[in-house]
Amino acid sequence: MKTRKGARAGQYLALLAYLVFLAFPFLWLISTAFKPARELASLHPTWIPRSPTLANFRQAFDEQPLLRAALNSLLAALGAAVVAVLIATPMAYVMARHRTLLAKAATGWVVVSQAFPFVLVIIPLFLVLKNLRLIDSLTGLIMVYVVWALPFALWMLVGYVRAVPAELEEAAAVDGAGRVRTLVSVTAPLLAPGIVATALFAFISAWNEFFFALVLLKTPEKQTLPVVLTHFIGAEGVADLGPLAAAATLATLPSLVVFAIIQKRITGGVLAGAVKS
Amino acid sequence: MTLASATRRPATRTPDAGGSRRPVDHGAWFLVLPALIPILVLSVGPLLYGIGLAFTDAQSGRTAPTRWIGALNFQDLLHDTLFWDSFRIGLLWAVGVTVPQFLLALGLALLLDQDLRFRPLARALAIIPWAMPEVVVGIMWRLVYNPDAGILDETLRDLGLGDGHDWLSGLGTALPAVIVVGVWAGMPQTTVALLAGLQNTPRELHEAAAMDGAGAWRRFLTVTWPALRPVALAITALNFIWNFNSFALVYVLTNGGPGGRTRLPMLFAYEEAFRYGQFGYAAAMGCVMVAVISVLLAIRLAGRLKGDEDV
Repeated sequence: MKTRKGARAGQYLALLAYLVFLAFPFLWLISTAFKPARELASLHPTWIPRSPTLANFRQAFDEQPLLRAALNSLLAALGAAVVAVLIATPMAYVMARHRTLLAKAATGWVVVSQAFPFVLVIIPLFLVLKNLRLIDSLTGLIMVYVVWALPFALWMLVGYVRAVPAELEEAAAVDGAGRVRTLVSVTAPLLAPGIVATALFAFISAWNEFFFALVLLKTPEKQTLPVVLTHFIGAEGVADLGPLAAAATLATLPSLVVFAIIQKRITGGVLAGAVKS
Repeated sequence: MTLASATRRPATRTPDAGGSRRPVDHGAWFLVLPALIPILVLSVGPLLYGIGLAFTDAQSGRTAPTRWIGALNFQDLLHDTLFWDSFRIGLLWAVGVTVPQFLLALGLALLLDQDLRFRPLARALAIIPWAMPEVVVGIMWRLVYNPDAGILDETLRDLGLGDGHDWLSGLGTALPAVIVVGVWAGMPQTTVALLAGLQNTPRELHEAAAMDGAGAWRRFLTVTWPALRPVALAITALNFIWNFNSFALVYVLTNGGPGGRTRLPMLFAYEEAFRYGQFGYAAAMGCVMVAVISVLLAIRLAGRLKGDEDV
């Protein structure tokens, strides 16, 4: 296909415009995080801090229990990722290999679960967890995150299982291996990269999640990073911009790193599902 | 390093390999239960419980037992102008975000499908908003919109276009301002989905059309769009629902203000439930949200099946 030079230039220009739109808020966040208070107060903000400083980061840690919050987030995200994958993998396996009523129902639920406003689920969950004394506890939050991550985890994993040739399993079955043995010794190793990608996706989802954490965690020492971040914004919406930017930057780093690692697989998994729906 | 290359999964499944004809054995249940029980207990159960709550006078911290009050909550909701205001804002927001999101993402996907330089870098960067916590996206844009220290107003000042506008607290600017953020935050998913759709269009068709002398626009209409349509419809419907139900972004940006101008239904229901403790009433709001959205989508879908609509 030939493209004229003018058109090509236009394409590059459009691409540049998109990238500026995508990148400029992000760069601004990082720039703000390194600006000294004096520079933030000046009437003419600069793109690049003139005298970059780490003071905002120090102040952010002084003002809010960021370390504690990061630890809470890490525990919640790890717990959610590990449990979600452990229980989703066998179910995804059955869904991929058997077109039973159950598999159909589960697929339907995956779709429907995307459509419900969380408020309809969180009120009963709040009541149930309260009765179980699991409000304000990471355990309760992890339970919620696991179930919240399941639809997507199943969706991704079903795609990965289908990519494993069933003949391999049949060969194992002929050799006399039972279902669970076949799953563990033949299928699981081939699935490993997909399982890791799914776990990391569940990890990021939980790390970034806000609504459930806001409702379920009350005491500041128990709260996760996104909830603690909002404490930097005062009741009147007035914020100390420097520390706010610093804390927000820190909270993003883990997601960005993990996402960079799995982005190729994730988009594959997402789309395998989304396109077929 | 391309985003979409991973989506080309080889079709390893032979027609019979799915094992669909294998008899269902009880071992399958053993594998399914660990996930099925949590789903039933913590997702399906609460959902039904939540629908039930909508017909009660449940409140938080009340000592008297909860009573069944029939459709009273729904009758009250009918007359709750604040709720319908927020519902209208929710629809405006959902349409206002979903439509530009789709158009921009389509443009970006078409660009990224081209053989351009810096494409891998562009694809990697385009993902950033997806990876960020919504709370951080909100905080980030608050910094951008800040009337004193924000880059937006500074740029406008430099260009001589106005001075110190407080975008997020202006009655007229707040909703458009949060919509821009919504578009920004949701573009990657949409782009990636459309890109995958594009990569699934057969190249030969393009080449054949080009040989027949079809221009870029004609090729888009006759080859690209028909192939892309199913993906485009699916992602747009999902985006619409997600956007209508969204919470964190706007909670951080404006918390529903100024004067309720950005109070999305989810923010309203959240306040009703967890600030005022009106569990039953808030659950009824959730039910209405689901019902109306389902009806809207059903109409949309029915129109699509009749084939008398294009997008």
